Amino acid sequence: MAKKNSRDRMSNEINAGSMADIAFLLLIFFLVTTTIVEDKGITVKLPPWSEEDPDITKLKSRNVFAVLVNAQNDLLVRGEVMDITMLREKTKEFIVNPTKREDLSERPTKAIITLKNDRGTNYETYVNVYNELKAAYDELWDEMCLRKYGVKYSEDLPLAWRKSIKDEIPMVLSEAEPTNFGEEK
Amino acid sequence: MSKFSKGKKKPSPAISTASLPDIVFMLLFFFMVVTKLRDSELMVKVATPFATQLTKLEDKSLVNYLYIGRPVEKYKATYGTKPRLQLSDKFANINEIPIFLERFRVKIPEAQRTKITTSLRVDGQVTMGIVQDVKTELRKANQLKINYSAKKKPE
Repeated sequence: MAKKNSRDRMSNEINAGSMADIAFLLLIFFLVTTTIVEDKGITVKLPPWSEEDPDITKLKSRNVFAVLVNAQNDLLVRGEVMDITMLREKTKEFIVNPTKREDLSERPTKAIITLKNDRGTNYETYVNVYNELKAAYDELWDEMCLRKYGVKYSEDLPLAWRKSIKDEIPMVLSEAEPTNFGEEK
Repeated sequence: MSKFSKGKKKPSPAISTASLPDIVFMLLFFFMVVTKLRDSELMVKVATPFATQLTKLEDKSLVNYLYIGRPVEKYKATYGTKPRLQLSDKFANINEIPIFLERFRVKIPEAQRTKITTSLRVDGQVTMGIVQDVKTELRKANQLKINYSAKKKPE
């Protein structure tokens, strides 16, 4: 009779005291087996592949901002040797052309930046140069967005705002086929 | 007179540990969400360069990774010191990229296939030759959304 009473399921409870141990075990497993990978980087959209050579449209030389990087990681911008720290400011000046100079771009919409490197260029240098060029555009977008809408440019803004800004300052960065002088043997 | 009884000490009750599992579970879920199981052992040395204009890769299930770098000490004898490409867990040639991409693509629902990003995890001390070849191959395979993996530059 008493035995039956102890088997009464309504009054029996599962002991949850070991739950913490199980959870700790899982936690330690995940702590040990996982690594937090930083998934950040410079996002780039490549141009589609085409077999035929790109047609060389005649561009006014004032609208082209040619950046060359050689195998020694030196920069040549529009025929002049330049330090990478100067690149961002020079690019911004070229795109906006605030003083209406004859040798800089007519309008931001017409400005074209070309980047050409060597097969022996360091990848780090290439990323740094690309970063500076992108930063020039990002800063211009920020400035314009602050002027127009009072907020900094970001991907969270309404599509119409982003479009109106990118229509005025489109990012045109073309990468030429690299030269081959310093490829490592 | 005083309203507050001073000298009288109450015996402090034992702290209940009933909510401990909840706290631990919370931690567990946090780590499960923010971490990613490393699926491949790195056979090349990859120290990504520093940059400032970074975007975060949002949906990790839509990202595939290409590793380019010099072979680590263990593989130097067999594979030399020239930069090599690693796909998932083995060294690969450039012409194996389309198959690798296709294998990844079939696992993704059709509607989301245009959002696939290829993350290029490239060592900073690699020359551009191999990177250029990989880029050309990606363009030929019509995988145009790429991301040069980089670390945030400390201020």
